[in-house]
Amino acid sequence: MTVDWGWFPDHRDDLTTLTLDHLSTAVPAVLFGLLIAVPLAVVAHRVRPLRGVLLGLSNVLFTIPSIAIFVLLLPITGLTRTTAITGLTIYTLTVLLRNTVEGLDSVPAKAREASMAMGARPLRTLLTVELPLAFPVIMAGVRVSTVMAISLVSVASYIGYGGLGQLFTDGFQRDYPTPVVAGVILSLLLALVADAVLVAIQWLCTPWLRRRA
Amino acid sequence: MIELLQNLGRWLTSGAQWSGPDGIATRLLEHLQYSLLATLVAAFIALPVGLLIGHTGRGAFLAINLSGFGRALPTVGLVTLVFLASGLSMWPVYVSLVALAVPVIVTNTYAGMAAVDPEVRDAARGQGMRRHQVLLQVEIPLALPLIMTGLRLACTQVVATATIAAYVSFGGLGRYVFDGLAQRDLVQVLGGAVLVAILAIALDLALASVQRLLFRHRPRPSRAA
Repeated sequence: MTVDWGWFPDHRDDLTTLTLDHLSTAVPAVLFGLLIAVPLAVVAHRVRPLRGVLLGLSNVLFTIPSIAIFVLLLPITGLTRTTAITGLTIYTLTVLLRNTVEGLDSVPAKAREASMAMGARPLRTLLTVELPLAFPVIMAGVRVSTVMAISLVSVASYIGYGGLGQLFTDGFQRDYPTPVVAGVILSLLLALVADAVLVAIQWLCTPWLRRRA
Repeated sequence: MIELLQNLGRWLTSGAQWSGPDGIATRLLEHLQYSLLATLVAAFIALPVGLLIGHTGRGAFLAINLSGFGRALPTVGLVTLVFLASGLSMWPVYVSLVALAVPVIVTNTYAGMAAVDPEVRDAARGQGMRRHQVLLQVEIPLALPLIMTGLRLACTQVVATATIAAYVSFGGLGRYVFDGLAQRDLVQVLGGAVLVAILAIALDLALASVQRLLFRHRPRPSRAA
């Protein structure tokens, strides 16, 4: 198996388009995942009986093969980017939900009580005390699910929205390894860069952790 | 929706669907074979590496970053690449499944070893235990819950991903997903997906009971006092 390195500069434009395409499926998936997971996690954290049910359900979702999720969404959302994003969102939920619940669990009871004693209502306590303190653990989940989503986008190439995954299908059909290698390398790089960006965001958002160190 | 579920019920329970060379029973066994073999090979590679890193404390950086790399590696790409390199064989399936499972097991094994209280380790050494005795009689038993967590997680992911065997024209439950996709037969896809999920959950529960069996002689913290 030989890789034709000259292919890379020749296809710079295609590779850029596919990389952007890849991101525009993965990033919304994680954002929607957060939008769903954080409220659910708050519920799971406050209402103990629901906790096991919600975490169990999200674990079950994780055992469904990713390709099957995309195919099953087809009759509902059709061959659209929505299908790709929805499928990935379902996948990010497991990690995001678990980490957000763990993050909320890790908030010291004293911090919560102090906030309430100062007259803050539950919603305010949640927004200004609990979520900021849980932020590092939630971000750990966001990092894991972003990296996972980026690697899973390629599965959506069966429905035509695989981003860099289109390169795998292309190489597979033409029996030509170069695009496949390009897809794997770029996908890995993208995950690495996205992870670094998230680390930077976390660093910027948690000045109190820096001061202590 | 209800009609789809009724059709699914019929698909899953019909006797004809279960028998024969492309029946559910055969596919289930194939899927189980791919998954178990891949998880076992991964465990043989990953457990010693994780134990070594945890025991010596060297290479922790590698153990932590390996899991990120494992998650970032697109499985479909890896399968395609190995397929183009090796031709029609089981290699693409096993290479990618093992590559998926190894980082999970290494990271959890390392985490379990790292979480062993250093004072317990010192106490064992102080009692005159040799290094291998400390490892086998103190560190591994204490790290076992997290090691098992890693194995269970790896197994679940391998079962869900073994669907790709069908992508490179082999069997397993992925056949229903890919054939159903090609034939626009949703019931078949749904049936395949449900069976994979059930298999993943069943294996996880089986490993959980193995775990309980391993700990049956260990006194519970509350009673030990």
